[in-house]
Amino acid sequence: MSAFIEIMVSALILLGSAFALLGSIGLARLPDFFTRLHGPTKATTLGVGAMVLASAVYFTATQPGFSLHEIAVMVFLFITAPVSAHLLAKAALHRLSARPDTHASELGK
Amino acid sequence: MIRRLIPRPLLSITLFILWVVLNNEVSIATMMLGFLLALTMPLVVRPFWPDGPRLVRPGMAFSFALRVLTDIVVANWSVSRRVVGPIRNLSPAFVEVPLDVRDPFVATILASIVSLTPGTVSIDVDQNHWVLKVHALDAPDHEALVHQIKWRYEKPIREIFAC
Repeated sequence: MSAFIEIMVSALILLGSAFALLGSIGLARLPDFFTRLHGPTKATTLGVGAMVLASAVYFTATQPGFSLHEIAVMVFLFITAPVSAHLLAKAALHRLSARPDTHASELGK
Repeated sequence: MIRRLIPRPLLSITLFILWVVLNNEVSIATMMLGFLLALTMPLVVRPFWPDGPRLVRPGMAFSFALRVLTDIVVANWSVSRRVVGPIRNLSPAFVEVPLDVRDPFVATILASIVSLTPGTVSIDVDQNHWVLKVHALDAPDHEALVHQIKWRYEKPIREIFAC
Protein backbone atom coordinates (compact mmCIF):
# COMPACT_ATOMS: atom_id res chain seq x y z
CA MET A 1 0.00 0.00 0.00
CA SER A 2 1.50 3.30 -1.04
CA ALA A 3 1.92 6.26 1.30
CA PHE A 4 -0.66 8.24 -0.62
CA ILE A 5 -3.36 5.62 -0.05
CA GLU A 6 -2.40 5.36 3.62
CA ILE A 7 -2.72 9.11 4.12
CA MET A 8 -6.03 9.18 2.27
CA VAL A 9 -7.52 6.33 4.33
CA SER A 10 -6.33 7.89 7.61
CA ALA A 11 -7.70 11.29 6.62
CA LEU A 12 -11.10 9.80 5.78
CA ILE A 13 -11.26 7.85 9.05
CA LEU A 14 -10.29 10.97 11.02
CA LEU A 15 -12.88 13.05 9.17
CA GLY A 16 -15.56 10.43 9.78
CA SER A 17 -14.84 10.13 13.49
CA ALA A 18 -14.68 13.93 13.82
CA PHE A 19 -18.19 14.27 12.39
CA ALA A 20 -19.49 11.40 14.53
CA LEU A 21 -18.01 13.15 17.58
CA LEU A 22 -19.57 16.48 16.60
CA GLY A 23 -22.94 14.77 16.17
CA SER A 24 -22.65 13.31 19.67
CA ILE A 25 -21.63 16.70 21.11
CA GLY A 26 -24.71 18.18 19.47
CA LEU A 27 -26.87 15.46 20.97
CA ALA A 28 -25.49 16.17 24.44
CA ARG A 29 -25.51 19.98 24.31
CA LEU A 30 -28.71 20.93 22.51
CA PRO A 31 -31.62 21.83 24.77
CA ASP A 32 -34.76 20.04 23.51
CA PHE A 33 -35.87 17.02 21.51
CA PHE A 34 -36.33 18.64 18.11
CA THR A 35 -32.96 20.38 18.05
CA ARG A 36 -31.30 17.20 19.33
CA LEU A 37 -32.73 15.35 16.37
CA HIS A 38 -30.39 17.31 14.10
CA GLY A 39 -27.17 15.94 15.57
CA PRO A 40 -27.44 12.20 14.90
CA THR A 41 -29.33 12.41 11.59
CA LYS A 42 -26.78 14.74 10.05
CA ALA A 43 -23.31 14.26 11.38
CA THR A 44 -23.76 10.51 11.32
CA THR A 45 -24.58 10.38 7.63
CA LEU A 46 -21.34 12.17 6.79
CA GLY A 47 -19.42 10.49 9.61
CA VAL A 48 -20.33 6.97 8.62
CA GLY A 49 -20.12 7.99 4.94
CA ALA A 50 -16.46 9.03 5.30
CA MET A 51 -15.56 5.89 7.26
CA VAL A 52 -17.25 3.64 4.74
CA LEU A 53 -15.43 5.46 1.94
CA ALA A 54 -12.16 4.83 3.78
CA SER A 55 -13.02 1.13 3.86
CA ALA A 56 -13.74 1.14 0.11
CA VAL A 57 -10.41 2.85 -0.65
CA TYR A 58 -8.47 0.52 1.67
CA PHE A 59 -9.87 -2.75 0.32
CA THR A 60 -9.69 -1.61 -3.28
CA ALA A 61 -5.99 -0.85 -2.76
CA THR A 62 -5.07 -3.99 -0.84
CA GLN A 63 -7.20 -6.63 -2.56
CA PRO A 64 -7.62 -7.50 -6.22
CA GLY A 65 -10.60 -5.83 -7.92
CA PHE A 66 -12.82 -3.03 -6.72
CA SER A 67 -14.51 -3.09 -3.34
CA LEU A 68 -17.88 -1.51 -3.98
CA HIS A 69 -20.30 -2.95 -1.46
CA GLU A 70 -19.47 0.01 0.80
CA ILE A 71 -21.35 2.13 -1.72
CA ALA A 72 -24.42 0.01 -1.01
CA VAL A 73 -23.99 0.67 2.73
CA MET A 74 -23.94 4.39 1.98
CA VAL A 75 -27.04 4.22 -0.23
CA PHE A 76 -29.02 2.31 2.41
CA LEU A 77 -27.84 4.72 5.10
CA PHE A 78 -28.98 7.72 3.10
CA ILE A 79 -32.36 6.14 2.44
CA THR A 80 -33.05 5.03 6.02
CA ALA A 81 -31.69 7.99 8.03
CA PRO A 82 -34.46 10.44 6.99
CA VAL A 83 -37.15 7.80 7.59
CA SER A 84 -36.07 7.15 11.19
CA ALA A 85 -35.71 10.89 11.87
CA HIS A 86 -39.16 11.47 10.42
CA LEU A 87 -40.74 8.75 12.58
CA LEU A 88 -39.04 10.06 15.73
CA ALA A 89 -40.20 13.60 14.96
CA LYS A 90 -43.75 12.48 14.28
CA ALA A 91 -43.90 10.50 17.52
CA ALA A 92 -42.62 13.54 19.43
CA LEU A 93 -45.19 15.77 17.76
CA HIS A 94 -47.99 13.38 18.76
CA ARG A 95 -46.80 13.34 22.36
CA LEU A 96 -46.72 17.12 22.41
CA SER A 97 -50.23 17.47 21.05
CA ALA A 98 -51.45 14.88 23.59
CA ARG A 99 -50.31 17.24 26.36
CA PRO A 100 -51.68 20.64 25.35
CA ASP A 101 -50.20 22.44 28.37
CA THR A 102 -46.62 21.92 27.23
CA HIS A 103 -47.43 22.27 23.56
CA ALA A 104 -47.00 25.99 23.02
CA SER A 105 -43.97 26.52 25.20
CA GLU A 106 -41.95 23.64 23.77
CA LEU A 107 -42.88 24.32 20.17
CA GLY A 108 -41.97 27.98 20.46
CA LYS A 109 -38.46 27.28 21.65
CA MET B 1 -45.09 -8.35 -23.81
CA ILE B 2 -41.75 -6.96 -22.61
CA ARG B 3 -43.62 -4.46 -20.42
CA ARG B 4 -45.50 -7.26 -18.69
CA LEU B 5 -42.35 -9.24 -18.10
CA ILE B 6 -40.34 -6.24 -16.86
CA PRO B 7 -42.85 -3.78 -15.38
CA ARG B 8 -40.16 -1.51 -13.99
CA PRO B 9 -36.95 -1.56 -16.02
CA LEU B 10 -35.22 0.98 -13.78
CA LEU B 11 -36.02 -1.06 -10.65
CA SER B 12 -34.71 -4.20 -12.36
CA ILE B 13 -31.46 -2.50 -13.36
CA THR B 14 -31.03 -1.09 -9.85
CA LEU B 15 -31.62 -4.51 -8.27
CA PHE B 16 -29.15 -6.16 -10.62
CA ILE B 17 -26.40 -3.58 -9.94
CA LEU B 18 -27.12 -3.72 -6.20
CA TRP B 19 -26.82 -7.51 -6.20
CA VAL B 20 -23.47 -7.48 -7.98
CA VAL B 21 -22.20 -4.66 -5.74
CA LEU B 22 -23.31 -6.45 -2.57
CA ASN B 23 -21.54 -9.63 -3.64
CA ASN B 24 -18.45 -7.57 -4.36
CA GLU B 25 -17.43 -9.78 -7.29
CA VAL B 26 -18.26 -9.97 -10.97
CA SER B 27 -18.66 -13.61 -11.94
CA ILE B 28 -21.06 -15.56 -14.14
CA ALA B 29 -22.77 -17.10 -11.09
CA THR B 30 -23.53 -13.82 -9.29
CA MET B 31 -24.59 -12.16 -12.54
CA MET B 32 -27.01 -15.00 -13.36
CA LEU B 33 -28.55 -14.97 -9.89
CA GLY B 34 -28.73 -11.16 -10.04
CA PHE B 35 -30.46 -11.37 -13.40
CA LEU B 36 -33.01 -13.82 -12.00
CA LEU B 37 -33.67 -11.60 -8.96
CA ALA B 38 -33.97 -8.50 -11.15
CA LEU B 39 -36.62 -10.31 -13.18
CA THR B 40 -38.68 -11.82 -10.37
CA MET B 41 -38.58 -9.23 -7.58
CA PRO B 42 -40.35 -6.39 -9.46
CA LEU B 43 -43.08 -8.87 -10.43
CA VAL B 44 -43.56 -9.98 -6.82
CA VAL B 45 -43.67 -6.47 -5.33
CA ARG B 46 -45.70 -4.94 -8.16
CA PRO B 47 -49.01 -4.82 -6.20
CA PHE B 48 -47.36 -2.82 -3.40
CA TRP B 49 -45.55 -0.35 -5.59
CA PRO B 50 -47.45 2.89 -6.16
CA ASP B 51 -47.75 4.12 -9.71
CA GLY B 52 -45.49 7.11 -9.37
CA PRO B 53 -44.39 9.50 -12.04
CA ARG B 54 -41.64 8.37 -14.37
CA LEU B 55 -38.10 9.63 -14.35
CA VAL B 56 -37.98 11.76 -17.47
CA ARG B 57 -34.61 13.48 -17.13
CA PRO B 58 -31.97 11.02 -15.88
CA GLY B 59 -29.07 13.36 -16.70
CA MET B 60 -30.56 16.11 -14.62
CA ALA B 61 -31.27 13.63 -11.81
CA PHE B 62 -27.57 12.77 -11.74
CA SER B 63 -26.35 16.38 -11.52
CA PHE B 64 -29.05 17.09 -8.94
CA ALA B 65 -27.81 14.16 -6.83
CA LEU B 66 -24.27 15.59 -7.00
CA ARG B 67 -25.56 18.98 -5.89
CA VAL B 68 -27.42 17.44 -2.94
CA LEU B 69 -24.26 15.54 -1.94
CA THR B 70 -22.14 18.71 -1.94
CA ASP B 71 -24.90 20.50 -0.01
CA ILE B 72 -24.81 17.73 2.61
CA VAL B 73 -21.06 18.12 3.06
CA VAL B 74 -21.09 21.94 3.15
CA ALA B 75 -24.09 22.19 5.48
CA ASN B 76 -22.67 19.49 7.76
CA TRP B 77 -19.75 21.77 8.34
CA SER B 78 -21.90 24.77 9.22
CA VAL B 79 -24.15 22.74 11.54
CA SER B 80 -21.08 21.28 13.30
CA ARG B 81 -19.79 24.80 13.87
CA ARG B 82 -23.10 25.90 15.35
CA VAL B 83 -23.30 22.86 17.60
CA VAL B 84 -19.97 23.58 19.27
CA GLY B 85 -20.58 27.35 19.33
CA PRO B 86 -22.83 29.21 21.75
CA ILE B 87 -26.15 27.35 21.88
CA ARG B 88 -28.13 30.37 23.04
CA ASN B 89 -27.53 32.19 19.76
CA LEU B 90 -29.43 29.52 17.82
CA SER B 91 -32.97 30.23 16.76
CA PRO B 92 -34.65 26.86 16.12
CA ALA B 93 -38.06 27.09 14.46
CA PHE B 94 -40.89 25.15 12.87
CA VAL B 95 -41.35 26.32 9.30
CA GLU B 96 -44.19 25.38 6.97
CA VAL B 97 -43.28 25.08 3.32
CA PRO B 98 -46.23 25.18 0.90
CA LEU B 99 -45.63 22.56 -1.80
CA ASP B 100 -46.36 22.67 -5.51
CA VAL B 101 -45.77 18.92 -5.77
CA ARG B 102 -48.95 16.83 -5.81
CA ASP B 103 -47.44 13.37 -5.90
CA PRO B 104 -46.81 11.36 -2.70
CA PHE B 105 -43.69 9.66 -4.08
CA VAL B 106 -42.05 12.91 -5.21
CA ALA B 107 -43.05 14.63 -1.95
CA THR B 108 -41.35 11.81 -0.05
CA ILE B 109 -38.14 12.30 -2.01
CA LEU B 110 -38.25 16.04 -1.29
CA ALA B 111 -38.88 15.41 2.43
CA SER B 112 -35.95 12.95 2.55
CA ILE B 113 -33.60 15.45 0.92
CA VAL B 114 -34.69 18.13 3.40
CA SER B 115 -33.95 15.69 6.24
CA LEU B 116 -30.57 14.69 4.83
CA THR B 117 -29.29 18.23 4.36
CA PRO B 118 -28.12 19.35 7.79
CA GLY B 119 -29.99 22.02 9.71
CA THR B 120 -33.43 20.88 8.64
CA VAL B 121 -35.58 17.83 9.44
CA SER B 122 -38.92 17.26 7.78
CA ILE B 123 -41.51 16.51 10.44
CA ASP B 124 -44.67 16.00 8.44
CA VAL B 125 -46.00 15.99 4.90
CA ASP B 126 -49.60 17.12 5.01
CA GLN B 127 -51.23 15.52 1.98
CA ASN B 128 -54.52 17.35 2.44
CA HIS B 129 -53.06 20.82 2.16
CA TRP B 130 -49.69 19.85 0.63
CA VAL B 131 -47.62 21.54 3.25
CA LEU B 132 -44.19 20.28 4.30
CA LYS B 133 -43.55 20.91 7.97
CA VAL B 134 -39.85 21.42 8.63
CA HIS B 135 -37.91 21.90 11.82
CA ALA B 136 -34.82 24.04 11.39
CA LEU B 137 -31.93 24.11 13.84
CA ASP B 138 -31.11 27.73 13.12
CA ALA B 139 -33.50 29.76 10.99
CA PRO B 140 -33.64 33.43 11.86
CA ASP B 141 -35.26 34.10 8.49
CA HIS B 142 -38.21 31.77 7.74
CA GLU B 143 -38.87 33.19 4.29
CA ALA B 144 -35.30 32.54 3.17
CA LEU B 145 -35.54 28.89 4.24
CA VAL B 146 -38.86 28.37 2.43
CA HIS B 147 -37.42 30.04 -0.65
CA GLN B 148 -34.30 27.85 -0.52
CA ILE B 149 -36.24 24.58 -0.23
CA LYS B 150 -38.65 25.55 -2.99
CA TRP B 151 -36.08 26.77 -5.50
CA ARG B 152 -33.04 24.72 -4.72
CA TYR B 153 -34.78 21.35 -4.28
CA GLU B 154 -38.45 21.29 -5.19
CA LYS B 155 -38.18 22.92 -8.62
CA PRO B 156 -35.44 20.60 -9.98
CA ILE B 157 -37.26 17.53 -8.60
CA ARG B 158 -40.45 18.56 -10.36
CA GLU B 159 -38.51 18.97 -13.59
CA ILE B 160 -36.80 15.59 -13.18
CA PHE B 161 -40.11 13.76 -12.69
CA ALA B 162 -42.18 16.09 -14.89
CA CYS B 163 -44.98 16.66 -12.43
